[in-house]
Amino acid sequence: MMKNIRIVVLALLFAAGSTALMAQTYSALRGATPLDQEGEAPRMAPTRNTSEREIRNYPEQPPLIPHSIDGYQVDLNGNKCLSCHARARTGESQAPMLSITHFMDRDGQFLASVSPRRFFCTQCHVPQQEVKAPVTNDFVDIDTLLSRAQPGGRRR
Amino acid sequence: MTAAEETPLRKRRGIVGFALDLWDVLRRPSSVFALGTLVLAGFVAGVMFWGAFNTALEVTNTEKFCTSCHEMHDNVFAELKTTIHFSNRSGVRASCPDCHVPHNWTDKIARKMQASKEVWGHLFGTINTREKFLDHRLELAMHEWARLKANDSLECRNCHSANSMDVTRQSPRAAVAHQRFLFSGEKTCIDCHKGIAHKLPDMRNVPGWQ
Repeated sequence: MMKNIRIVVLALLFAAGSTALMAQTYSALRGATPLDQEGEAPRMAPTRNTSEREIRNYPEQPPLIPHSIDGYQVDLNGNKCLSCHARARTGESQAPMLSITHFMDRDGQFLASVSPRRFFCTQCHVPQQEVKAPVTNDFVDIDTLLSRAQPGGRRR
Repeated sequence: MTAAEETPLRKRRGIVGFALDLWDVLRRPSSVFALGTLVLAGFVAGVMFWGAFNTALEVTNTEKFCTSCHEMHDNVFAELKTTIHFSNRSGVRASCPDCHVPHNWTDKIARKMQASKEVWGHLFGTINTREKFLDHRLELAMHEWARLKANDSLECRNCHSANSMDVTRQSPRAAVAHQRFLFSGEKTCIDCHKGIAHKLPDMRNVPGWQ
């Protein structure tokens, strides 16, 4: 009898615990909206528009766009980004020139201008918005990692 | 001697004859109407003509009129709708004539006369399909760029005054560019701000573009 009660109590505790866990996992991103309903869309955040270069988190990271690009046309007809960042335009715009790697075709040959496969800027480069990160992230860059006493050790 | 004897009702035949007869009547002083009547009638007719002329001018200067042609409605107007000149935070918006028709009278009339070519284009279907429109897009855009370049972007400046521009409220990039190129008079609005209200044509040979 005692054993049965114990099992029932344990089962109840487990059930309560798992519901609480479930509620937690989906409430972090979804908010309090039940799963079968659609929540209110978050407000659109303003674009970070400082025009100051941001540090890359790792050397291979495509640089972020530190300005608004609303309404910029990038298609077969033209590329608004290149009207500042193209080699010949940087004198007037004082914008950084897109790197020589963008002139390279897939065989490693450098072309005279931007290679078609690197034409669509926002495939890699993106502007940033002023938002609170919905989930935490303990990413550290390589310099921070190497400066640790035990680089391969457990993260603190 | 009566007037009828002196000038028979029709002296000449044909359209030219009629015009010459009319001219004969017009160059004589009136023998029937009082001078006051003629002046008053002329004044009233003048007011009516001017009113009608200006009303017609205003009617053809509305977005509703511009977009009554499907060429405008389906192409350029549809594209405008996605831009800041159609929908924005303060709700102030530019309609077609704000940018495409000069506001002062003489320039407006000159532009309206030019627009007779556009009526021709509409009647003969020069751009009556999307494909035809895209084929002509560069040419049409270049007309507008040339016009705005020639008048120092007057239609932009009807709303956007360089004197009232507070660069401290602009993004750093905009502030630098405006101080360097706009305030110095080195460039005019359209030099940099192409394709802000409609999609761009093929920009390959346009200066400043790739």
